[in-house]
Amino acid sequence: MTSMTISEKILAKHAGQSSVRPDDLIEANVDFALGNDITAPIAIEAFRRSGAKRVFDPERVALIPDHFAPNKDIASAMQIKVLREFSREQHLLHFYEVGRMGVEHALLPEQGLVLPGDVVIGADSHTCTYGALGAFATGVGSTDLAAAMITGKIWFKVPASIKFVFRGKRKPWVGGKDLILYTIGRIGVDGARYKAMEFVGEVIEALPMADRFTMSNMAIEAGAKVGIIAPDGITEDYVKERAKRPYEFYRSDEDAVYESVYDWDVSELEPMVALPHSPQNVKPVTELPEIEIDQVVVGSCTNGRLEDLRQAAEVLKGKKVAPNVRCMIIPATQWIYQQAMREGLFEIFLNAEAAVSTPTCGPCLGGHMGILAAGERAVATTNRNFVGRMGHVESEVYLSNPAVAAASAIVGRIAHPDEVM
Amino acid sequence: MKIEGQAWKFGDDIDTDAIIPARYLNTTDPALLAAHCMEDADPLFSTEVKPGDIIVAGKNFGCGSSREHAPIAIKGTGVGCVIAQSFARIFYRNAFNMGLPILECPEAAEAIQTGDRVEVDLDRGTIFNHSRQQKYQAHPVPPFMQELIKAGGLMAYVDEQLRKTAELPTD
Repeated sequence: MTSMTISEKILAKHAGQSSVRPDDLIEANVDFALGNDITAPIAIEAFRRSGAKRVFDPERVALIPDHFAPNKDIASAMQIKVLREFSREQHLLHFYEVGRMGVEHALLPEQGLVLPGDVVIGADSHTCTYGALGAFATGVGSTDLAAAMITGKIWFKVPASIKFVFRGKRKPWVGGKDLILYTIGRIGVDGARYKAMEFVGEVIEALPMADRFTMSNMAIEAGAKVGIIAPDGITEDYVKERAKRPYEFYRSDEDAVYESVYDWDVSELEPMVALPHSPQNVKPVTELPEIEIDQVVVGSCTNGRLEDLRQAAEVLKGKKVAPNVRCMIIPATQWIYQQAMREGLFEIFLNAEAAVSTPTCGPCLGGHMGILAAGERAVATTNRNFVGRMGHVESEVYLSNPAVAAASAIVGRIAHPDEVM
Repeated sequence: MKIEGQAWKFGDDIDTDAIIPARYLNTTDPALLAAHCMEDADPLFSTEVKPGDIIVAGKNFGCGSSREHAPIAIKGTGVGCVIAQSFARIFYRNAFNMGLPILECPEAAEAIQTGDRVEVDLDRGTIFNHSRQQKYQAHPVPPFMQELIKAGGLMAYVDEQLRKTAELPTD
Protein backbone atom coordinates (compact mmCIF):
# COMPACT_ATOMS: atom_id res chain seq x y z
CA MET A 1 0.00 0.00 0.00
CA THR A 2 1.22 3.47 -0.90
CA SER A 3 1.41 5.84 2.05
CA MET A 4 -0.88 8.80 1.62
CA THR A 5 -1.93 12.01 3.33
CA ILE A 6 -5.56 12.56 4.29
CA SER A 7 -6.01 14.78 1.19
CA GLU A 8 -4.55 12.11 -1.10
CA LYS A 9 -6.75 9.40 0.45
CA ILE A 10 -9.95 11.40 -0.06
CA LEU A 11 -9.02 12.26 -3.64
CA ALA A 12 -8.04 8.66 -4.46
CA LYS A 13 -11.36 7.39 -3.11
CA HIS A 14 -13.34 9.92 -5.14
CA ALA A 15 -11.37 9.18 -8.29
CA GLY A 16 -11.98 5.44 -7.90
CA GLN A 17 -8.27 4.76 -7.56
CA SER A 18 -6.33 2.86 -4.93
CA SER A 19 -3.82 5.70 -4.63
CA VAL A 20 -2.85 9.09 -6.00
CA ARG A 21 0.37 11.09 -5.88
CA PRO A 22 1.03 14.83 -6.02
CA ASP A 23 0.76 16.23 -9.56
CA ASP A 24 -1.50 13.36 -10.75
CA LEU A 25 -4.40 14.65 -12.82
CA ILE A 26 -7.61 13.05 -11.66
CA GLU A 27 -11.31 13.33 -12.20
CA ALA A 28 -13.06 13.19 -8.83
CA ASN A 29 -16.70 12.66 -7.93
CA VAL A 30 -18.15 15.66 -6.14
CA ASP A 31 -20.21 15.10 -2.98
CA PHE A 32 -21.45 18.66 -2.78
CA ALA A 33 -21.25 21.81 -4.93
CA LEU A 34 -22.21 25.36 -4.04
CA GLY A 35 -22.37 28.85 -5.40
CA ASN A 36 -23.44 32.27 -4.14
CA ASP A 37 -25.22 35.32 -5.54
CA ILE A 38 -22.02 36.67 -7.09
CA THR A 39 -20.62 33.52 -8.65
CA ALA A 40 -23.70 31.41 -9.44
CA PRO A 41 -25.23 33.70 -12.12
CA ILE A 42 -22.19 33.07 -14.36
CA ALA A 43 -22.36 29.33 -13.61
CA ILE A 44 -26.08 29.22 -14.41
CA GLU A 45 -25.48 31.05 -17.68
CA ALA A 46 -22.79 28.52 -18.63
CA PHE A 47 -25.11 25.67 -17.57
CA ARG A 48 -27.87 26.97 -19.84
CA ARG A 49 -25.53 27.61 -22.77
CA SER A 50 -24.27 24.03 -22.56
CA GLY A 51 -27.72 22.67 -23.27
CA ALA A 52 -27.71 20.61 -20.06
CA LYS A 53 -31.18 19.92 -18.72
CA ARG A 54 -30.66 18.81 -15.12
CA VAL A 55 -28.12 19.20 -12.35
CA PHE A 56 -26.42 15.91 -11.46
CA ASP A 57 -28.25 15.73 -8.12
CA PRO A 58 -30.67 18.39 -6.80
CA GLU A 59 -29.84 17.38 -3.21
CA ARG A 60 -26.13 18.03 -3.67
CA VAL A 61 -26.13 21.51 -5.15
CA ALA A 62 -26.67 24.52 -2.90
CA LEU A 63 -27.20 28.10 -4.04
CA ILE A 64 -26.80 30.61 -1.26
CA PRO A 65 -27.50 34.31 -1.69
CA ASP A 66 -25.33 35.77 1.07
CA HIS A 67 -22.89 38.31 -0.36
CA PHE A 68 -25.26 41.10 -1.43
CA ALA A 69 -28.28 39.70 0.45
CA PRO A 70 -30.64 41.05 1.69
CA ASN A 71 -30.71 42.57 -1.81
CA LYS A 72 -28.53 45.65 -1.54
CA ASP A 73 -29.64 47.24 -4.81
CA ILE A 74 -31.59 46.50 -7.96
CA ALA A 75 -28.67 44.83 -9.75
CA SER A 76 -28.09 42.51 -6.77
CA ALA A 77 -31.80 41.73 -6.60
CA MET A 78 -31.67 40.69 -10.26
CA GLN A 79 -28.70 38.39 -9.61
CA ILE A 80 -30.42 36.71 -6.69
CA LYS A 81 -33.53 36.30 -8.81
CA VAL A 82 -31.44 34.26 -11.26
CA LEU A 83 -30.49 31.88 -8.42
CA ARG A 84 -34.07 31.66 -7.17
CA GLU A 85 -35.50 30.82 -10.59
CA PHE A 86 -32.81 28.27 -11.36
CA SER A 87 -33.32 26.63 -7.95
CA ARG A 88 -37.07 26.32 -8.57
CA GLU A 89 -36.63 25.00 -12.07
CA GLN A 90 -34.03 22.43 -10.94
CA HIS A 91 -35.91 21.56 -7.72
CA LEU A 92 -32.80 22.31 -5.68
CA LEU A 93 -33.32 21.32 -2.06
CA HIS A 94 -30.84 23.84 -0.74
CA PHE A 95 -31.68 27.38 -1.77
CA TYR A 96 -31.91 29.78 1.15
CA GLU A 97 -34.03 32.92 1.23
CA VAL A 98 -33.40 35.76 3.65
CA GLY A 99 -34.79 34.64 7.01
CA ARG A 100 -33.46 31.13 6.43
CA MET A 101 -30.06 31.85 4.96
CA GLY A 102 -26.64 32.37 6.43
CA VAL A 103 -23.10 32.97 5.31
CA GLU A 104 -22.51 29.88 3.17
CA HIS A 105 -19.45 28.46 4.94
CA ALA A 106 -21.08 28.74 8.35
CA LEU A 107 -24.43 27.50 7.08
CA LEU A 108 -23.53 24.31 5.21
CA PRO A 109 -21.54 22.62 8.02
CA GLU A 110 -24.19 23.71 10.54
CA GLN A 111 -26.89 22.09 8.39
CA GLY A 112 -24.87 18.87 8.09
CA LEU A 113 -24.68 19.18 4.31
CA VAL A 114 -20.88 19.03 4.01
CA LEU A 115 -19.23 16.20 5.89
CA PRO A 116 -15.97 14.49 6.78
CA GLY A 117 -14.42 12.60 3.87
CA ASP A 118 -16.32 14.63 1.25
CA VAL A 119 -15.02 16.25 -1.88
CA VAL A 120 -16.70 19.67 -1.93
CA ILE A 121 -16.27 22.36 -4.54
CA GLY A 122 -17.69 25.83 -4.25
CA ALA A 123 -17.63 28.89 -6.43
CA ASP A 124 -16.26 30.85 -3.51
CA SER A 125 -12.65 30.86 -2.44
CA HIS A 126 -13.48 30.23 1.23
CA THR A 127 -14.97 26.83 0.43
CA CYS A 128 -11.74 25.53 1.97
CA THR A 129 -13.46 26.13 5.36
CA TYR A 130 -14.83 22.55 5.35
CA GLY A 131 -11.28 21.19 5.53
CA ALA A 132 -11.87 21.61 9.28
CA LEU A 133 -14.26 18.65 9.06
CA GLY A 134 -11.68 16.47 7.35
CA ALA A 135 -13.16 17.08 3.90
CA PHE A 136 -11.28 17.93 0.72
CA ALA A 137 -13.01 21.23 0.02
CA THR A 138 -11.78 23.87 -2.38
CA GLY A 139 -12.85 27.04 -4.14
CA VAL A 140 -13.28 27.13 -7.91
CA GLY A 141 -14.61 29.56 -10.48
CA SER A 142 -18.12 29.72 -11.88
CA THR A 143 -17.35 27.69 -15.00
CA ASP A 144 -15.89 24.86 -12.90
CA LEU A 145 -19.08 24.98 -10.82
CA ALA A 146 -21.21 24.79 -13.97
CA ALA A 147 -19.30 21.74 -15.17
CA ALA A 148 -19.63 20.07 -11.77
CA MET A 149 -23.36 20.86 -11.55
CA ILE A 150 -23.82 19.03 -14.85
CA THR A 151 -21.47 16.08 -14.43
CA GLY A 152 -21.04 15.68 -10.66
CA LYS A 153 -17.32 15.56 -11.36
CA ILE A 154 -14.33 17.86 -11.38
CA TRP A 155 -10.73 17.57 -12.53
CA PHE A 156 -7.94 18.21 -10.05
CA LYS A 157 -4.20 18.20 -10.03
CA VAL A 158 -3.41 16.38 -6.77
CA PRO A 159 -1.66 18.93 -4.54
CA ALA A 160 1.46 18.17 -2.54
CA SER A 161 0.86 18.54 1.21
CA ILE A 162 2.56 20.78 3.74
CA LYS A 163 2.30 19.78 7.40
CA PHE A 164 1.94 22.43 10.12
CA VAL A 165 2.57 21.10 13.64
CA PHE A 166 1.30 23.33 16.47
CA ARG A 167 2.78 22.47 19.87
CA GLY A 168 2.31 23.85 23.37
CA LYS A 169 -0.70 25.45 25.02
CA ARG A 170 -2.66 28.48 23.82
CA LYS A 171 -2.59 31.62 25.96
CA PRO A 172 -5.94 33.15 26.93
CA TRP A 173 -7.58 35.09 24.04
CA VAL A 174 -5.55 33.14 21.47
CA GLY A 175 -7.68 31.10 19.10
CA GLY A 176 -7.87 29.69 15.59
CA LYS A 177 -7.72 33.17 14.06
CA ASP A 178 -4.42 33.91 15.76
CA LEU A 179 -2.93 30.55 14.77
CA ILE A 180 -3.82 31.00 11.11
CA LEU A 181 -2.73 34.67 11.00
CA TYR A 182 0.57 33.63 12.56
CA THR A 183 0.90 30.87 9.94
CA ILE A 184 0.20 33.22 7.02
CA GLY A 185 2.61 35.75 8.53
CA ARG A 186 5.31 33.09 8.59
CA ILE A 187 4.85 31.59 5.12
CA GLY A 188 3.32 34.50 3.17
CA VAL A 189 0.24 34.85 0.97
CA ASP A 190 1.67 32.42 -1.58
CA GLY A 191 3.48 30.21 0.93
CA ALA A 192 1.13 27.29 0.25
CA ARG A 193 0.20 28.16 -3.33
CA TYR A 194 -1.39 25.13 -4.98
CA LYS A 195 -0.69 22.97 -1.88
CA ALA A 196 -2.76 21.17 0.72
CA MET A 197 -2.15 22.61 4.18
CA GLU A 198 -2.57 20.04 6.94
CA PHE A 199 -2.90 21.28 10.53
CA VAL A 200 -1.81 18.84 13.27
CA GLY A 201 -0.38 18.72 16.78
CA GLU A 202 -1.61 18.93 20.36
CA VAL A 203 -2.93 22.47 19.92
CA ILE A 204 -5.12 21.41 17.00
CA GLU A 205 -6.28 18.25 18.80
CA ALA A 206 -7.57 20.44 21.64
CA LEU A 207 -9.03 23.11 19.36
CA PRO A 208 -12.85 23.54 19.31
CA MET A 209 -14.67 23.13 15.98
CA ALA A 210 -15.34 26.89 15.58
CA ASP A 211 -11.60 27.66 15.77
CA ARG A 212 -10.82 24.84 13.37
CA PHE A 213 -13.26 26.32 10.84
CA THR A 214 -11.52 29.69 11.20
CA MET A 215 -8.12 28.14 10.48
CA SER A 216 -9.22 26.13 7.45
CA ASN A 217 -11.21 29.12 6.18
CA MET A 218 -8.07 31.22 5.76
CA ALA A 219 -5.92 28.54 4.10
CA ILE A 220 -6.73 30.28 0.80
CA GLU A 221 -5.06 33.41 2.21
CA ALA A 222 -1.79 31.46 1.99
CA GLY A 223 -2.69 30.39 -1.55
CA ALA A 224 -3.63 26.83 -0.54
CA LYS A 225 -6.08 24.53 -2.28
CA VAL A 226 -7.30 23.13 1.01
CA GLY A 227 -6.59 23.51 4.75
CA ILE A 228 -7.37 20.14 6.23
CA ILE A 229 -7.62 18.79 9.78
CA ALA A 230 -7.96 15.08 10.55
CA PRO A 231 -11.38 14.40 12.08
CA ASP A 232 -11.51 13.20 15.70
CA GLY A 233 -13.87 13.13 18.67
CA ILE A 234 -14.46 16.89 18.47
CA THR A 235 -15.45 16.51 14.82
CA GLU A 236 -17.67 13.54 15.62
CA ASP A 237 -19.49 15.52 18.34
CA TYR A 238 -20.10 18.31 15.84
CA VAL A 239 -21.33 16.24 12.90
CA LYS A 240 -23.18 13.31 14.47
CA GLU A 241 -26.43 15.19 15.10
CA ARG A 242 -26.20 17.33 12.01
CA ALA A 243 -25.20 14.89 9.26
CA LYS A 244 -27.83 14.38 6.58
CA ARG A 245 -25.99 11.40 5.06
CA PRO A 246 -23.18 8.94 5.94
CA TYR A 247 -19.63 10.24 6.29
CA GLU A 248 -16.16 8.82 6.56
CA PHE A 249 -13.11 9.73 8.64
CA TYR A 250 -9.70 9.67 6.96
CA ARG A 251 -6.28 10.15 8.54
CA SER A 252 -2.83 10.62 7.06
CA ASP A 253 -0.56 7.59 7.21
CA GLU A 254 2.31 7.84 9.68
CA ASP A 255 4.81 7.69 6.81
CA ALA A 256 2.86 9.91 4.40
CA VAL A 257 5.05 12.19 2.30
CA TYR A 258 5.00 15.97 2.85
CA GLU A 259 6.67 18.55 0.69
CA SER A 260 7.67 20.40 3.86
CA VAL A 261 6.93 20.44 7.57
CA TYR A 262 6.65 23.46 9.87
CA ASP A 263 6.86 22.74 13.58
CA TRP A 264 5.98 25.59 15.96
CA ASP A 265 5.56 25.92 19.71
CA VAL A 266 2.80 28.52 20.05
CA SER A 267 2.73 28.73 23.87
CA GLU A 268 4.01 32.32 23.82
CA LEU A 269 1.83 33.41 20.90
CA GLU A 270 -0.20 36.59 21.53
CA PRO A 271 -3.42 37.57 19.72
CA MET A 272 -2.35 38.54 16.20
CA VAL A 273 -3.44 41.36 13.91
CA ALA A 274 -2.95 41.53 10.12
CA LEU A 275 -2.20 45.12 9.13
CA PRO A 276 -3.19 46.69 5.81
CA HIS A 277 -3.12 45.63 3.07
CA SER A 278 -2.19 41.96 3.24
CA PRO A 279 -3.10 39.02 5.49
CA GLN A 280 0.63 38.23 5.70
CA ASN A 281 1.38 41.61 7.29
CA VAL A 282 0.94 40.15 10.77
CA LYS A 283 2.03 41.50 14.18
CA PRO A 284 1.19 40.55 17.80
CA VAL A 285 -1.39 43.01 19.16
CA THR A 286 1.04 43.72 22.02
CA GLU A 287 3.60 45.18 19.59
CA LEU A 288 1.31 47.61 17.81
CA PRO A 289 1.59 51.38 18.18
CA GLU A 290 -1.55 53.39 18.96
CA ILE A 291 -3.93 52.83 16.03
CA GLU A 292 -7.22 54.71 16.28
CA ILE A 293 -10.22 53.12 14.60
CA ASP A 294 -13.64 54.11 13.24
CA GLN A 295 -15.41 50.78 12.87
CA VAL A 296 -15.45 47.23 14.19
CA VAL A 297 -17.02 44.27 12.41
CA VAL A 298 -17.56 40.93 14.14
CA GLY A 299 -18.88 38.39 11.68
CA SER A 300 -18.19 36.63 8.34
CA CYS A 301 -17.44 33.02 7.33
CA THR A 302 -14.20 33.38 9.29
CA ASN A 303 -15.49 34.50 12.70
CA GLY A 304 -19.29 34.86 12.71
CA ARG A 305 -20.03 31.66 14.65
CA LEU A 306 -21.73 31.42 18.02
CA GLU A 307 -18.42 30.92 19.85
CA ASP A 308 -17.10 34.10 18.21
CA LEU A 309 -20.13 36.10 19.34
CA ARG A 310 -19.80 34.70 22.87
CA GLN A 311 -16.19 35.86 22.93
CA ALA A 312 -17.13 39.35 21.75
CA ALA A 313 -19.94 39.46 24.34
CA GLU A 314 -17.60 38.41 27.14
CA VAL A 315 -15.43 41.43 26.38
CA LEU A 316 -18.29 43.89 25.71
CA LYS A 317 -20.38 42.91 28.74
CA GLY A 318 -21.22 45.94 30.87
CA LYS A 319 -19.14 48.26 28.68
CA LYS A 320 -19.83 50.78 25.92
CA VAL A 321 -18.46 51.08 22.42
CA ALA A 322 -16.22 54.19 22.21
CA PRO A 323 -18.18 57.28 21.10
CA ASN A 324 -16.34 57.62 17.78
CA VAL A 325 -16.62 53.93 16.84
CA ARG A 326 -19.37 52.02 15.02
CA CYS A 327 -19.52 48.37 16.08
CA MET A 328 -21.35 45.88 13.84
CA ILE A 329 -22.14 42.35 15.03
CA ILE A 330 -23.23 40.00 12.24
CA PRO A 331 -24.25 36.48 13.31
CA ALA A 332 -23.37 34.21 10.38
CA THR A 333 -26.60 32.18 10.26
CA GLN A 334 -30.21 32.32 11.46
CA TRP A 335 -29.50 29.49 13.91
CA ILE A 336 -26.54 31.37 15.37
CA TYR A 337 -28.69 34.50 15.51
CA GLN A 338 -31.40 32.72 17.46
CA GLN A 339 -28.97 31.00 19.82
CA ALA A 340 -27.17 34.29 20.51
CA MET A 341 -30.53 35.90 21.26
CA ARG A 342 -31.54 33.10 23.63
CA GLU A 343 -28.22 33.31 25.46
CA GLY A 344 -28.71 37.03 26.05
CA LEU A 345 -25.80 38.09 23.86
CA PHE A 346 -27.90 40.68 22.01
CA GLU A 347 -28.75 42.33 25.30
CA ILE A 348 -25.02 42.72 25.92
CA PHE A 349 -24.33 44.01 22.39
CA LEU A 350 -27.23 46.46 22.40
CA ASN A 351 -26.43 47.75 25.88
CA ALA A 352 -22.89 48.32 24.63
CA GLU A 353 -24.41 50.36 21.77
CA ALA A 354 -23.29 47.93 19.08
CA ALA A 355 -25.54 47.19 16.08
CA VAL A 356 -26.71 43.65 15.35
CA SER A 357 -27.39 42.71 11.72
CA THR A 358 -29.20 39.88 9.97
CA PRO A 359 -26.74 37.34 8.46
CA THR A 360 -24.83 38.62 5.41
CA CYS A 361 -21.27 38.73 4.03
CA GLY A 362 -22.02 42.48 3.68
CA PRO A 363 -19.07 44.62 4.74
CA CYS A 364 -16.41 41.87 4.53
CA LEU A 365 -16.10 42.41 0.79
CA GLY A 366 -17.21 46.02 0.74
CA GLY A 367 -20.71 45.05 -0.34
CA HIS A 368 -23.00 46.83 2.09
CA MET A 369 -23.88 47.14 5.81
CA GLY A 370 -20.82 49.06 6.95
CA ILE A 371 -18.73 50.52 4.11
CA LEU A 372 -15.70 52.62 5.00
CA ALA A 373 -15.10 56.22 3.88
CA ALA A 374 -11.73 57.56 2.76
CA GLY A 375 -9.24 57.58 5.60
CA GLU A 376 -11.33 55.34 7.86
CA ARG A 377 -9.98 52.30 9.69
CA ALA A 378 -11.77 49.13 10.72
CA VAL A 379 -10.86 46.21 12.91
CA ALA A 380 -12.65 43.20 11.44
CA THR A 381 -12.84 39.50 12.25
CA THR A 382 -13.02 38.87 8.48
CA ASN A 383 -10.38 37.33 6.22
CA ARG A 384 -9.00 39.92 3.78
CA ASN A 385 -7.58 43.40 4.18
CA PHE A 386 -6.71 44.15 0.56
CA VAL A 387 -6.80 47.74 -0.73
CA GLY A 388 -10.43 48.89 -0.85
CA ARG A 389 -11.73 45.59 0.50
CA MET A 390 -14.27 47.19 2.89
CA GLY A 391 -14.95 50.36 0.97
CA HIS A 392 -12.98 53.39 -0.15
CA VAL A 393 -9.60 52.73 -1.72
CA GLU A 394 -8.06 54.93 1.00
CA SER A 395 -9.64 53.01 3.89
CA GLU A 396 -7.85 50.39 5.98
CA VAL A 397 -8.81 47.00 7.42
CA TYR A 398 -7.05 45.29 10.34
CA LEU A 399 -7.85 41.60 10.77
CA SER A 400 -8.16 40.15 14.27
CA ASN A 401 -9.98 37.65 16.45
CA PRO A 402 -13.39 38.59 17.98
CA ALA A 403 -12.01 39.42 21.46
CA VAL A 404 -9.45 41.87 20.07
CA ALA A 405 -12.15 43.39 17.82
CA ALA A 406 -14.50 43.84 20.80
CA ALA A 407 -11.77 45.31 23.01
CA SER A 408 -10.79 47.70 20.21
CA ALA A 409 -14.42 48.82 19.88
CA ILE A 410 -14.47 49.79 23.56
CA VAL A 411 -11.11 51.56 23.62
CA GLY A 412 -11.37 53.19 20.19
CA ARG A 413 -7.96 51.93 19.11
CA ILE A 414 -6.57 48.44 18.52
CA ALA A 415 -6.41 46.84 21.95
CA HIS A 416 -5.63 43.58 23.74
CA PRO A 417 -8.70 42.19 25.58
CA ASP A 418 -6.76 42.33 28.86
CA GLU A 419 -6.87 46.13 28.63
CA VAL A 420 -10.62 46.17 29.24
CA MET A 421 -11.19 43.03 31.29
CA MET B 1 -1.73 32.58 -32.01
CA LYS B 2 0.22 35.82 -31.71
CA ILE B 3 -0.49 38.86 -29.54
CA GLU B 4 1.30 42.18 -29.70
CA GLY B 5 0.85 45.23 -27.55
CA GLN B 6 2.12 47.55 -24.90
CA ALA B 7 3.04 46.17 -21.48
CA TRP B 8 1.37 47.29 -18.24
CA LYS B 9 3.49 46.30 -15.27
CA PHE B 10 2.11 45.47 -11.83
CA GLY B 11 3.73 44.11 -8.66
CA ASP B 12 3.47 40.94 -6.57
CA ASP B 13 0.28 39.47 -5.09
CA ILE B 14 -2.16 41.44 -7.25
CA ASP B 15 -5.44 40.27 -5.70
CA THR B 16 -8.84 39.86 -7.32
CA ASP B 17 -10.16 42.92 -5.44
CA ALA B 18 -7.48 44.93 -7.27
CA ILE B 19 -8.39 43.33 -10.60
CA ILE B 20 -12.11 43.99 -10.12
CA PRO B 21 -13.34 45.42 -6.79
CA ALA B 22 -16.21 43.53 -5.16
CA ARG B 23 -18.38 46.64 -5.23
CA TYR B 24 -18.85 46.08 -8.97
CA LEU B 25 -19.80 42.41 -8.75
CA ASN B 26 -23.52 43.04 -9.02
CA THR B 27 -23.13 42.60 -12.76
CA THR B 28 -21.58 39.99 -15.04
CA ASP B 29 -21.44 42.28 -18.09
CA PRO B 30 -17.85 42.18 -19.47
CA ALA B 31 -17.96 45.83 -20.64
CA LEU B 32 -19.18 47.13 -17.26
CA LEU B 33 -16.60 45.03 -15.42
CA ALA B 34 -13.82 46.12 -17.82
CA ALA B 35 -14.56 49.78 -17.06
CA HIS B 36 -13.37 49.18 -13.47
CA CYS B 37 -10.57 46.71 -14.15
CA MET B 38 -7.45 47.39 -12.01
CA GLU B 39 -9.16 50.56 -10.75
CA ASP B 40 -7.73 50.48 -7.22
CA ALA B 41 -4.21 49.60 -8.45
CA ASP B 42 -4.06 52.06 -11.38
CA PRO B 43 -7.10 54.32 -11.92
CA LEU B 44 -5.99 55.19 -15.48
CA PHE B 45 -5.58 51.60 -16.65
CA SER B 46 -9.12 50.90 -17.86
CA THR B 47 -9.33 54.08 -19.95
CA GLU B 48 -5.84 53.93 -21.47
CA VAL B 49 -5.40 50.20 -22.11
CA LYS B 50 -5.67 49.18 -25.77
CA PRO B 51 -6.73 45.88 -27.37
CA GLY B 52 -3.78 43.50 -27.52
CA ASP B 53 -1.98 45.12 -24.59
CA ILE B 54 -0.32 42.81 -22.11
CA ILE B 55 -0.43 42.76 -18.31
CA VAL B 56 2.88 41.83 -16.70
CA ALA B 57 3.01 41.04 -12.99
CA GLY B 58 5.08 39.46 -10.25
CA LYS B 59 4.28 36.44 -8.13
CA ASN B 60 0.82 35.11 -7.14
CA PHE B 61 -1.22 37.16 -9.64
CA GLY B 62 -4.97 36.83 -9.02
CA CYS B 63 -4.81 35.77 -5.38
CA GLY B 64 -7.89 36.10 -3.20
CA SER B 65 -11.42 35.38 -4.27
CA SER B 66 -12.68 32.85 -6.82
CA ARG B 67 -14.56 35.48 -8.83
CA GLU B 68 -14.48 34.65 -12.52
CA HIS B 69 -15.29 38.33 -12.99
CA ALA B 70 -11.51 38.89 -12.71
CA PRO B 71 -10.51 37.18 -15.96
CA ILE B 72 -13.78 38.41 -17.54
CA ALA B 73 -12.88 42.02 -16.65
CA ILE B 74 -9.33 41.66 -18.01
CA LYS B 75 -10.60 40.06 -21.20
CA GLY B 76 -13.22 42.80 -21.44
CA THR B 77 -10.52 45.49 -21.58
CA GLY B 78 -9.09 43.82 -24.67
CA VAL B 79 -5.90 42.72 -22.89
CA GLY B 80 -4.51 39.88 -24.97
CA CYS B 81 -2.43 38.06 -22.40
CA VAL B 82 -1.23 38.14 -18.79
CA ILE B 83 2.40 37.27 -18.08
CA ALA B 84 3.38 36.70 -14.45
CA GLN B 85 6.08 35.15 -12.36
CA SER B 86 3.34 32.89 -10.94
CA PHE B 87 -0.47 32.75 -10.68
CA ALA B 88 -2.81 31.99 -7.77
CA ARG B 89 -4.45 28.64 -8.40
CA ILE B 90 -8.14 29.57 -8.73
CA PHE B 91 -7.30 32.45 -11.06
CA TYR B 92 -5.15 30.07 -13.12
CA ARG B 93 -8.08 27.67 -13.61
CA ASN B 94 -10.52 30.49 -14.26
CA ALA B 95 -8.32 32.09 -16.90
CA PHE B 96 -8.21 28.84 -18.87
CA ASN B 97 -11.94 28.29 -18.42
CA MET B 98 -12.66 31.83 -19.65
CA GLY B 99 -10.18 31.64 -22.53
CA LEU B 100 -7.85 34.37 -21.22
CA PRO B 101 -4.30 33.50 -22.32
CA ILE B 102 -1.82 33.50 -19.44
CA LEU B 103 1.86 32.64 -19.32
CA GLU B 104 4.16 31.92 -16.39
CA CYS B 105 7.57 33.40 -17.08
CA PRO B 106 9.64 34.77 -14.17
CA GLU B 107 12.31 36.12 -16.54
CA ALA B 108 9.84 38.15 -18.61
CA ALA B 109 7.94 39.27 -15.49
CA GLU B 110 11.15 40.75 -14.17
CA ALA B 111 12.57 42.30 -17.36
CA ILE B 112 9.51 43.80 -19.04
CA GLN B 113 8.60 47.36 -17.99
CA THR B 114 5.48 49.43 -18.49
CA GLY B 115 5.39 50.81 -22.02
CA ASP B 116 7.57 48.09 -23.56
CA ARG B 117 6.37 46.74 -26.90
CA VAL B 118 5.85 43.02 -26.35
CA GLU B 119 4.97 40.19 -28.73
CA VAL B 120 3.73 36.82 -27.49
CA ASP B 121 3.59 33.56 -29.46
CA LEU B 122 1.13 31.51 -27.47
CA ASP B 123 1.71 28.26 -29.34
CA ARG B 124 5.45 28.32 -28.67
CA GLY B 125 5.25 30.08 -25.30
CA THR B 126 7.80 32.63 -26.48
CA ILE B 127 7.77 36.29 -25.51
CA PHE B 128 9.69 38.92 -27.49
CA ASN B 129 10.37 42.35 -26.05
CA HIS B 130 10.79 44.71 -29.04
CA SER B 131 11.76 47.64 -26.83
CA ARG B 132 14.67 45.78 -25.23
CA GLN B 133 15.35 43.27 -27.99
CA GLN B 134 15.05 40.38 -25.51
CA LYS B 135 13.45 36.97 -25.91
CA TYR B 136 11.99 34.92 -23.03
CA GLN B 137 10.63 31.37 -22.86
CA ALA B 138 7.51 30.80 -20.72
CA HIS B 139 6.80 27.62 -18.77
CA PRO B 140 5.00 25.16 -21.06
CA VAL B 141 1.23 24.91 -20.65
CA PRO B 142 0.40 21.51 -19.04
CA PRO B 143 -0.90 18.98 -21.62
CA PHE B 144 -4.33 18.70 -19.97
CA MET B 145 -4.76 22.47 -20.11
CA GLN B 146 -3.76 22.39 -23.77
CA GLU B 147 -6.50 19.82 -24.33
CA LEU B 148 -8.98 22.14 -22.63
CA ILE B 149 -7.92 25.03 -24.86
CA LYS B 150 -8.13 22.85 -27.97
CA ALA B 151 -11.64 21.75 -27.01
CA GLY B 152 -12.63 25.42 -26.68
CA GLY B 153 -12.61 25.77 -22.90
CA LEU B 154 -13.97 23.69 -20.03
CA MET B 155 -17.65 23.77 -21.02
CA ALA B 156 -16.88 22.59 -24.55
CA TYR B 157 -14.65 19.89 -23.07
CA VAL B 158 -17.45 18.77 -20.71
CA ASP B 159 -19.87 18.75 -23.61
CA GLU B 160 -17.46 16.55 -25.59
CA GLN B 161 -17.09 14.15 -22.65
CA LEU B 162 -20.85 14.01 -22.17
CA ARG B 163 -21.51 13.26 -25.78
CA LYS B 164 -18.95 10.46 -25.60
CA THR B 165 -20.78 8.88 -22.67
CA ALA B 166 -24.19 9.79 -24.14
CA GLU B 167 -25.44 11.24 -20.87
CA LEU B 168 -26.70 14.27 -22.71
CA PRO B 169 -28.95 14.28 -25.77
CA THR B 170 -26.93 15.52 -28.73
CA ASP B 171 -29.61 17.91 -30.01
